[in-house]
Amino acid sequence: MSEREDDKPQEGHPNGAQPTPEAPDETKADAPAVAEADSEEAAKAKAEAEAKAKAAAAKAKALAEAEAAREPWERDPVAPEWQEAEGDALAEALKKSFGEGVTAARTFAGELVFDIDLRAIQEVGRSLKEHHGFALLVDICGAHYPDREEAPFEVVYHLYNLEQARRIRLKVGIQEGVEVPTVVDVWKGANWPEREIYDMYGVRFAGHPDMTRILMWEGFNGHPLRKDFPVEGIDTGAAIYPEFYGEEAGPVAGTGTGWKPPKPSEEEPAPEEA
Amino acid sequence: MVEVDSSSLSSDTLFGVEEMEINFGPQHPATHGVLRLKLKVDGERIVDCYPVIGYLHRGTEKLFELHPFFQNVPHTDRLDYVAAATNNLAYVGAVEKLLGLVVPPRASYIRTLLSELQRISSHLIWLATHAIDIGAMTPFFYTFREREIVLDLFEEYCGARLTLNCMRPGGQPYDLPVGWVERCAEFIEDFPGKIDEYEGLLTENRIWKKRTVGIGILTPEVALEYGVTGPMLRGSGIQLDVRKAMPYEMYDQVDFDVPVFYNCDTYDRYLVRIEEMRQSVRIVLQCLEKLPEGPIMGKRPRVLKAPKEGDVYHAVEAPKGEIGFYIVGDGTPNPHRCRVRPPSLYNIQVLPEMVVGGLIADLIAVIGTTDIVLGEVDR
Repeated sequence: MSEREDDKPQEGHPNGAQPTPEAPDETKADAPAVAEADSEEAAKAKAEAEAKAKAAAAKAKALAEAEAAREPWERDPVAPEWQEAEGDALAEALKKSFGEGVTAARTFAGELVFDIDLRAIQEVGRSLKEHHGFALLVDICGAHYPDREEAPFEVVYHLYNLEQARRIRLKVGIQEGVEVPTVVDVWKGANWPEREIYDMYGVRFAGHPDMTRILMWEGFNGHPLRKDFPVEGIDTGAAIYPEFYGEEAGPVAGTGTGWKPPKPSEEEPAPEEA
Repeated sequence: MVEVDSSSLSSDTLFGVEEMEINFGPQHPATHGVLRLKLKVDGERIVDCYPVIGYLHRGTEKLFELHPFFQNVPHTDRLDYVAAATNNLAYVGAVEKLLGLVVPPRASYIRTLLSELQRISSHLIWLATHAIDIGAMTPFFYTFREREIVLDLFEEYCGARLTLNCMRPGGQPYDLPVGWVERCAEFIEDFPGKIDEYEGLLTENRIWKKRTVGIGILTPEVALEYGVTGPMLRGSGIQLDVRKAMPYEMYDQVDFDVPVFYNCDTYDRYLVRIEEMRQSVRIVLQCLEKLPEGPIMGKRPRVLKAPKEGDVYHAVEAPKGEIGFYIVGDGTPNPHRCRVRPPSLYNIQVLPEMVVGGLIADLIAVIGTTDIVLGEVDR
């Protein structure tokens, strides 16, 4: 790669658009203040500002050109942004048939994301499976956002369409303690992931055939992936034998020892690349 | 291990038909880890099967939230610990998507190479254990002979044999060592002959066919219902491969076929995996040939920080199926939420559908054919 050639325009300014030296200005300031001199100075300042703006523009242009000449992996990474999904056939169709049930349709990094109302999730899922070809339920997972007051918990569905080779994501935001209608009737594979969300977040699914813990043991006290669950864990003795330890024994979720992970430092070692 | 309700043991039923509950696992070598099955059997026939998982739960997803994006790569090694490279690839792919990092082509080719070698080594260990479960001892020694060479290649590249930690967000940590390409080519050119050796032992073997043909039927409808992916799905006649459907890295630059078989049984899943190894050989050869010169690390900031709001899902085709990572960013160097979509979790969920009505001996064959790794089921 021609790195040296690319670097040149950044360092010096080939079109000579460097800021004008400040020295003459200072000598002027020393001279006795006359009205004419003032206006002259103002004109000069204006010209200088224009020159500066020109120089800055030229510099930005040169930088942009240099950036465009680089290979994609040599450019500064640009993080994706949220965009409204306008003109997408699937988004239009879903909004048309469910109205209020689909609260938002957006894209991020090229992935279509729907915000679905809690009450509509079963119908939306069934419609996507039967009429839009999303036969494969890839995954269901939960997420906890303690800062969001109106919907601290989220259930996220990933669907896949085999004919179009297309993925979409459905999100259902819920309050603590609200039950989500299960989609086991739509995709049987939803059984275990929904149990896992209950286990990890305490979100229950209404109509689920077997709403029990799956990864933690039965009788465990707490939901480990909640943000307020202590990382170092809880006193499992108290969790397993509540009748033996009594209610007050051992910390429960949210009242850990107060240990917090060290803040990641800004000073990280340089990348291993030579 | 056998729990029999003694009150029901009257002289009438003692030698009659009596359902019995059997606890299978978690400490049983044929469960490939710590899978526990609550079986209800009627003589040798399975009436009900209830899998119990969670014995290897280590809270990996909680750990992901505690560490910066860089430091999470080693955690992914320990999900499916016999296929670390593809786990790494799925994770770094998701981080790159979230942050908008671009990988140089040489690094991308190296990733493709590593994941195909990983597929070969993972399928080899599957074949070895599957055959030994069914009672064929010899393939074990044959496959481990070749797997050793693949692990040596990994060791030469990154120093580790199993927990590779061989990828970074933005590119590759190391370039290929001197002579690696030649050694890899030497192995991979010999390898199809070795696959013929395994096939010579098994494919037309009468005992092997008796134990696998028509066993553990998984119809395409049931497979799709349960979210089954990978060779399990392709053995049921559905052609879904993330490498072809949504190509990542350099899979759109290489030529390969996706094997599909239609009999939905254990034998066809065996054929799918054998054929996949042959296709992996093709991919590796093309990658070695096309491997370009150039940098191995793209431009990236010192501290990887996710956008304030945004989430991505990135999936790759692991040897067991589709492994995906769902990462939510919150503007800090740590992920707010990092969910693993493990293929084995969904593949083992369908187990009751495949074994109920069959024999206990066939259960062993069916567990083998699902090719699960409990490290990623329980996370």
